[in-house]
Amino acid sequence: MTSTALPSASAPAPAAVETPRAPRGARLRRVLNRTTLNVVLVAIGLLWLLPTVGLLVTSFRTNTDYFSSGWWQGLTHPAALTIQAYKDIIHSSGLVNALVTTVLITVPATLLVVLIASLAAYSLVFLRWRGRDWVFILLVALMVVPLQMALIPVATMYKWIHDTLGLQLFGTVAGVVIYHVAFGLPFAIFLMRNFYAGIPKDLLEAARIDGAGEWMMFRRIVLPLGKPALASLAIFQFLWVWNDLLVSLVFNSGNPNQPFTVFIFSQIRQFGANIEFFSTASFISMVIPLAVFFAFQRSFVRGVLAGAVK
Amino acid sequence: MATLPSIVEPRVRRVPDVATGGPPRRGRGRNLLAVGLFMGPAAILLGAIVVYPALATIARSLYDRSGGTFVGTDNYRTLFGSTEILVAIRNNAIWVIVFPVLVTFIGLVFAVLTERILWSTAFKTIVFMPMAISLFATGVIWRIVYETDPHRGVINSAVGTVVDTFHAPGSYASATNIKPSTATLTARPDGGMASTATLSRGDTAQLGLTGILPEFVPTGARDAQPPATASGAITGVVWRDFSVGGTPGVIDGGEKGLPGMHLDLLSADGSTAATTTTDLSGAFRFDNPPAGSYRVAVDAANFRAPFGGVNWLGVQSLTPTSGLGTTARALLSIPLADISAIVAMLWVWCGFAMVVIGAGLAALNREVLEAAKVDGATEWQTFRHVTFPLLRPVLIVVFITMIINVLKIFDIILALVPDSSHQEANVIALKMWELGFTGGQNLGLSSALAVFLFVLVIPVIFLNIRRIRG
Repeated sequence: MTSTALPSASAPAPAAVETPRAPRGARLRRVLNRTTLNVVLVAIGLLWLLPTVGLLVTSFRTNTDYFSSGWWQGLTHPAALTIQAYKDIIHSSGLVNALVTTVLITVPATLLVVLIASLAAYSLVFLRWRGRDWVFILLVALMVVPLQMALIPVATMYKWIHDTLGLQLFGTVAGVVIYHVAFGLPFAIFLMRNFYAGIPKDLLEAARIDGAGEWMMFRRIVLPLGKPALASLAIFQFLWVWNDLLVSLVFNSGNPNQPFTVFIFSQIRQFGANIEFFSTASFISMVIPLAVFFAFQRSFVRGVLAGAVK
Repeated sequence: MATLPSIVEPRVRRVPDVATGGPPRRGRGRNLLAVGLFMGPAAILLGAIVVYPALATIARSLYDRSGGTFVGTDNYRTLFGSTEILVAIRNNAIWVIVFPVLVTFIGLVFAVLTERILWSTAFKTIVFMPMAISLFATGVIWRIVYETDPHRGVINSAVGTVVDTFHAPGSYASATNIKPSTATLTARPDGGMASTATLSRGDTAQLGLTGILPEFVPTGARDAQPPATASGAITGVVWRDFSVGGTPGVIDGGEKGLPGMHLDLLSADGSTAATTTTDLSGAFRFDNPPAGSYRVAVDAANFRAPFGGVNWLGVQSLTPTSGLGTTARALLSIPLADISAIVAMLWVWCGFAMVVIGAGLAALNREVLEAAKVDGATEWQTFRHVTFPLLRPVLIVVFITMIINVLKIFDIILALVPDSSHQEANVIALKMWELGFTGGQNLGLSSALAVFLFVLVIPVIFLNIRRIRG
């Protein structure tokens, strides 16, 4: 599937074609059907929002309130709501550190994947070399390799690098970033390659004749034209890395470099006792991904459609 | 290496520009250098962090826990001999069987329905939104949704409202220590009480109860009075037989009657001949029962506890497992927690399915659909015989994506399932992490499980390659 084959999901559905006038009874039934449909979908929409709203309201209630009544009571007794949990959690240094670490992991992991994947995709589409079709097939295969497959050897490798080169990757932000970039690449290259394949070759031929080198053509022609795909990819990768737990848990837990997801996880055993902390921390962890989602929804959807194979 | 039929369009042949002197001709070496520079970073990372380690994991799975001794296929034998690991594999199997079908179906329904409403973008945004949230946070969110106490968990609250409507809790449900204080009243196995003394018309009964905290006596209760006899009726009083300095079994001044108590008049054969309810002073009256001897019973419904909530994240099995051995029971039970986790995951992924299938629907050839309509096909026939077959490729994409997703499921189980159900609801990816990175650190066994997971996705690899090469 290519990114151009499917139109954006947010595009308006084509207008229903006028059907010949139906008798009065049928028309009434259709109006009733439409009302039922709207009511049902409103109900489903509310149902879908309910869990998130529950978390949000819970995060503004005290532990005591949580144990004595349901969060929906908080809606009718807004006076009992408090931002104390947010104050407490922000003043505890663990959270701020973890948030900073998450940003330090997510931003480089996103930028590097976007850059390295566009370069590789360029060579797969615009440079002619032996075996590039095989490489592409290999990439398609690698796309579904579970990242669990590499955890143990990479951990061993990081330790070996430390022992021989003195470079510490295990337990550092860099180690996690490298892992995320590597496992993000197959999908990223696949996405970018499909997009670049739609760029007319004549454009590059013209530039080549004018004396442009490959790097120049990449910088001046392909990269600017690829912006929509780059945006989709960046958002995808951003959300993926921001929300990851497993990779950081393996390479980066129990030290000052742990990201937000690991920070919350480390307290999971107190779930029952400290719902204030969990609801508040979870909500904070959701704020940025949700903001990214709402701000770049179109690009996100485009990425989802283009890469529905991941 | 043999050349494949090119998947990329053939390139236009380069035209050397002689007139202007043109660019210097690129030799083979230069082209290779460019390929190296463009493809290099990706190749190095993929080789070092994906391909080599994946192969190393296969090798590692043939060694023991510390990696010193070659053990052949021992780890795989351990894998398939361990109940805990088999349970994890069983759970992944449940996920793979149930989840992709449900997601694809619900996604399809949503996609079709949203085509007919004006606010489809808003609906899609709402349903799609959970995809942006981490699966760990999703686990936390749903743990709050699934709280067992109906006062806290929204699902149990809703279920409780329905259950309590059709099966009302007793007005004395809070008084859990309630006991008869009159000697002629004894507890019955169903939770109610009955008098041992037989009564006939014109008799009275005094039914004293203790163990009720004052706050559990309904408001508005008045002081109990000794019942007056009435000809043709059985009368009596139910009261809270406790006051400082009072005598048990006697209505002392200031002792309250118990209003709203449901009483049954039992015939000699034990069947209920009549029922009544006490008034504000605890007094009751059975008018004109047929001649005969009766006993009065305090109905168990008075003490029936309200709905206590379902433990959605518990291990109660949905399949019958009685009569099975320990191992068979562990393997053949389907813990409720599995299903609850699947529901939480549906909340995340239905939006994805809806959007992808919706895009597929929007891309369908409208003329074909119109033609079907003109030919007189009903809406269902059009969907069944035209839309659905045309959508099949998209549905397959969603289905396969979900299979891969579910095979790798990890975070949500870790966050959602409490420790008490953890082993019963465990999954492969989580078990692999536990084996290799927590506690025992059995890297050999953990590698073997990772390889097993990889073997499960191999068919998908071939499917994808076939699909992409056309």
